[in-house]
Amino acid sequence: MDLASTLPAAAFWLFAAITVLSGLMVISSRNPVHSVLWLILAFFSAAGLFVLMGAEFLAMLLVIVYVGAVAVLFLFVVMMLDINFVELRQGFLQYLPIGALIGLILLAELVTLGTAWTFGGDIALNAAAPMPALEQVENTAALGSVIYTDYIFIFQTAGLILLVAMIGAIVLTHRDRPGVKRQNIGKQNARRPEDAFELVDVEVGKGVPMPTKKG
Amino acid sequence: MTIGLGHYLTVAAILFVFGIFGIFLNRKNVIIILMSVELILLSVNINLVAFSTHLNDLVGQVFAMFVLTVAAAEAAIGLAILVVYFRTRGSIAVEDINQMRG
Repeated sequence: MDLASTLPAAAFWLFAAITVLSGLMVISSRNPVHSVLWLILAFFSAAGLFVLMGAEFLAMLLVIVYVGAVAVLFLFVVMMLDINFVELRQGFLQYLPIGALIGLILLAELVTLGTAWTFGGDIALNAAAPMPALEQVENTAALGSVIYTDYIFIFQTAGLILLVAMIGAIVLTHRDRPGVKRQNIGKQNARRPEDAFELVDVEVGKGVPMPTKKG
Repeated sequence: MTIGLGHYLTVAAILFVFGIFGIFLNRKNVIIILMSVELILLSVNINLVAFSTHLNDLVGQVFAMFVLTVAAAEAAIGLAILVVYFRTRGSIAVEDINQMRG
């Protein structure tokens, strides 16, 4: 066996093992902060699997979007909320048997499904967007040429979904605190000199009456 | 031993089962349930990319990207709801969230 054929296989086993093990640690770890960190490791090694499969752009997307944004968002929320996580773990073992049962049933179904199918003969001819050879067009460019032509409307919809999510998150978490002074630009612009001050002739030795407050 | 489609599908299947298992195991903790959902979506993405590579068809990767988008939006909204809920109720235990029960 030469190095060129064993190295991708070794990389696959490494990344697959780390992905699966960190996936297990996500759901079984005691501290949710550790869960988030294991989730980050799972995403990283899944990105490694994506690179092995030749989907480089998606691998980078996984690292940037998931590890960089989503997982850190999880981390912030877990650390921000002051929750007694020990209390939340009560009943962990109570749900273990039913969860394990359903997991085993699901795994058996997936194995049955996974071993029972074959590809049709002419499936290679039916590719909606055949992948060009990696030496000619790199993965990112090939993906871009598909996204911006055939899937442009779905791509726009995906952007819209992100916009809605952003606005929704802001609207949900925004709150008006009482007693905080804010700039009111409309009120500032509506202010006129005659509302703000008046000129008074001051007679010598008499002083002026108290100004009447306006506006 | 060459690594084929079946290997990737197996990894994805195990990850999917872990995700489902995590939802059952951490019934009280919404944050871990959200993380389990992320695991499930990750396994779906692995499936899509594996088939895309095996069938030499780019569309699988395009759809994996859309799944990624929706998953990010879902996580953002879910965590926002969680923060608001914690602010008003002071707890995120799932069994306390029954105000809308008829």
